[in-house]
Amino acid sequence: MRHRAGRWAAALLLGWAALAPAHAQSAADVARHHAAIVHASYADTLAAAKTMRQRIDTFLAAPSAATLDEARKSWLAARECYGQTEAYRFYGGPIDDKRNIEGRLNAWPMDESYVDGVKERPKAGLVNDRKAAITKKSLAAMNERGGEENIATGWHAIEFMLWGQDLYDDGPGKRNADDFIDGKAPNADRRRQYLRVVTELLLDDLDALVMAWAPGQKNYRADFERRGVESLRRMFVGLGSLSRGELAGERLEVALATQDQEDEHSCFSDNTHRDAVANALGIENVWLGRYARRDGTTLQGPSLRDLVAAKDATTAERTTKQMAASLAAAQAIRAPFDREIVGGDDAPGRKRIRATIDSLTQQSKDLVAAANAIGITKLRLVDPKQQ
Amino acid sequence: MIARVCVVVAVLAAASFVVASAEPDPLGVRVGGDTTVDATGRNAFSFPAANLPDDERTRFAIGNSFFRRNWIEAGSSTKARDGLGPHFIARSCGGCHVQDGRGAPPELRGDGTHDQPVALLLRLSVPGTAEHGAPKPDPRYGDQITNAAVQGVRPEAEIVIRERPVTLAFADGSTHTLRQPSYALKRLGRGPLAPGTMLSPRIAPQLAGVGLLEAIADADIERNAREQAAAPGPIKGVPNRVWDAFASEMRIGRFGWKANVATIAHQTGAAFLGDIGITSTRFPEPSCTFAQADCDAQARRPEIDDATLGNVVFYQATLAPAARRNAGDAQVRRGERLFHASQCAACHRPSYVTASAPFEKMTSRSLAGQRIWPYTDLLLHDMGEALADHRPDFAANGRQWKTPPLWGVGLIRDVGGHQRLLHDGRARGVLEAILWHGGEAEASRDRVLRMSRAERGALVRFVESL
Repeated sequence: MRHRAGRWAAALLLGWAALAPAHAQSAADVARHHAAIVHASYADTLAAAKTMRQRIDTFLAAPSAATLDEARKSWLAARECYGQTEAYRFYGGPIDDKRNIEGRLNAWPMDESYVDGVKERPKAGLVNDRKAAITKKSLAAMNERGGEENIATGWHAIEFMLWGQDLYDDGPGKRNADDFIDGKAPNADRRRQYLRVVTELLLDDLDALVMAWAPGQKNYRADFERRGVESLRRMFVGLGSLSRGELAGERLEVALATQDQEDEHSCFSDNTHRDAVANALGIENVWLGRYARRDGTTLQGPSLRDLVAAKDATTAERTTKQMAASLAAAQAIRAPFDREIVGGDDAPGRKRIRATIDSLTQQSKDLVAAANAIGITKLRLVDPKQQ
Repeated sequence: MIARVCVVVAVLAAASFVVASAEPDPLGVRVGGDTTVDATGRNAFSFPAANLPDDERTRFAIGNSFFRRNWIEAGSSTKARDGLGPHFIARSCGGCHVQDGRGAPPELRGDGTHDQPVALLLRLSVPGTAEHGAPKPDPRYGDQITNAAVQGVRPEAEIVIRERPVTLAFADGSTHTLRQPSYALKRLGRGPLAPGTMLSPRIAPQLAGVGLLEAIADADIERNAREQAAAPGPIKGVPNRVWDAFASEMRIGRFGWKANVATIAHQTGAAFLGDIGITSTRFPEPSCTFAQADCDAQARRPEIDDATLGNVVFYQATLAPAARRNAGDAQVRRGERLFHASQCAACHRPSYVTASAPFEKMTSRSLAGQRIWPYTDLLLHDMGEALADHRPDFAANGRQWKTPPLWGVGLIRDVGGHQRLLHDGRARGVLEAILWHGGEAEASRDRVLRMSRAERGALVRFVESL
């Protein structure tokens, strides 16, 4: 009973805080509302992934160009949700703790020939090794060797199954549905089994994230909501790390530097341009205390921006504008990303990517100033590193 | 009147002097000077130098990507990152240096079995020396065992680890049981080892601060050796002198458990080849020492280009050491006094001011001129029979090991979830690492055996504050 009363009180406080003028909001209000956003966005991702599982099941039951296309669309839709949640990385939260969920979900690059045949070696991979078990347990064990990055599960493993190798300048991979039909491709049964199992594993991990942020439980969220300014510091670390180190650095600058046709995050589906947009949007979500849910409703409440604005309106406004500029710059990047990175420094695509990098870099500096404005100084706003 | 004015001027001058020379830091909290980051937790070793300029942060991010991301087998879509193997130990630098941290040996199960190690490798050599005085590789297996291989290729061997208990008694009557490991190979894929082949286990160390260690002046290291030679007592450290493939000359060794590598660039190129099977300009030969059908004779060479390798070197060089925690705590201060009283600092020299690093294009100017607190003399010392690997490595003999830096020791657990220390990770925690000290350090070790439980606790707490 007492528990329930507490929750009611918290809900009332939250509602009040959302309506109250900015200066009345506390660190705890902002942390609580943020936790609600994190939970909602992981829950949306899980729901989108469940839809994806349905589409994949339909495809596997009756492989055809049409069912494959539906499965691909559901993957792309789920990525729109997941990309926004990457703003919750880099501060040792549930996505980055010792369970290494991020490593299983989003590991890249995907060692495709470890999983299935590739152009030069059509018989490679565990799909074609009929002695290798394909179960959740065996795939998990495969990735437990020392601290190595995952090599065979997650979003990009599913992406590889649905699209196949991207061997084309003009678009994504063109895997044929026949790869999954007995008699039309070798080991089609094992390919079906592999796709089914990696999808299940992905759902398990997303479910764990939803649980970690679920309200009213003894979980990470409960601790996060209690920590006040420390939780705000984590939020800033996450935003700054994703802005500078991960998105501007690892995903955009590295690709610009290597000019490798496939040195891009979602290389099989040519969806990298959307990864960048979803990341930039996720950052803005946290800053503004706003999240547009999958069902069309919007969560809006006490935010970092409000807290900063109460101390230093100029810095808050500058940061807000810079984030909008970053999002717009990311939206201007054209598909396919692997063509956008090629050429001299004055190539239009490279300039569009460079503009996004520059805006994100400025944004990371604005975030430092914003954090400083509310007394948070011990920030390490650069490297994402993390899984 | 004139005198009074002078006094005022003098006071102002003194005040401005204090401001101009960085804030006083007698406890060495800012262990890397201006590069120091305030970091704890899982990412504590993974941040760039705090004073790294923005344009260099780009390079850090690129280097990070190639350090951490898996290399994959040739034939994949991601051409910039293929070329793994054919033989390898890990798929990425980060496979052993997880989160830029220290690796751990596999835990032995109740029946004595264990997983194949990833972050622990076995170096191999036969008696005699190769070019430049380097260890002479085993004619079949080269200079280290690679216990993994790409699909369709048989790994060179499996590593077998056994442990036996060794019990030490403290003066206060309590005891502590260490576990002494030994190493062997089985399932050798290419016939037996050459007669007299020596094995030396080496664990992957944490990396934060290596760029600053590289920027310590040779003269400082040589002075450490001279001062120890002149001092009474058993401590007589000597520098290793090793061949550097990038400088193309013999240099003072600083890295590796026997100071068997002089520069981060050489270490990185050698590890790409030996540990991941990635060839580069300075290390062009694939990791096979004999004609074998499964060697990647057709592979693109070099598999990592100079610019990318330089970025990975730059990345490691600019990883920042993390500030000390609890430096002013009374127990920590007590431990610090015991550390000095027990002569630990004779080898674990606390502090230096950095000069500049050897290869301008693979480091940052941010690292130069910093007051740093690594707690090492970078010299080789006889550490006694129990630690000896009986395998020479350039000037290092089979009983000598380099004094490892102590900065970051207290964060190894945060980053990697373990605290396995010493060259093969045999020590479980700081106290065990101290108890394994022998040879030149025996007298210091014996002082610790005579300490009370509270004193031992304070000493460990001090080391963990670094």
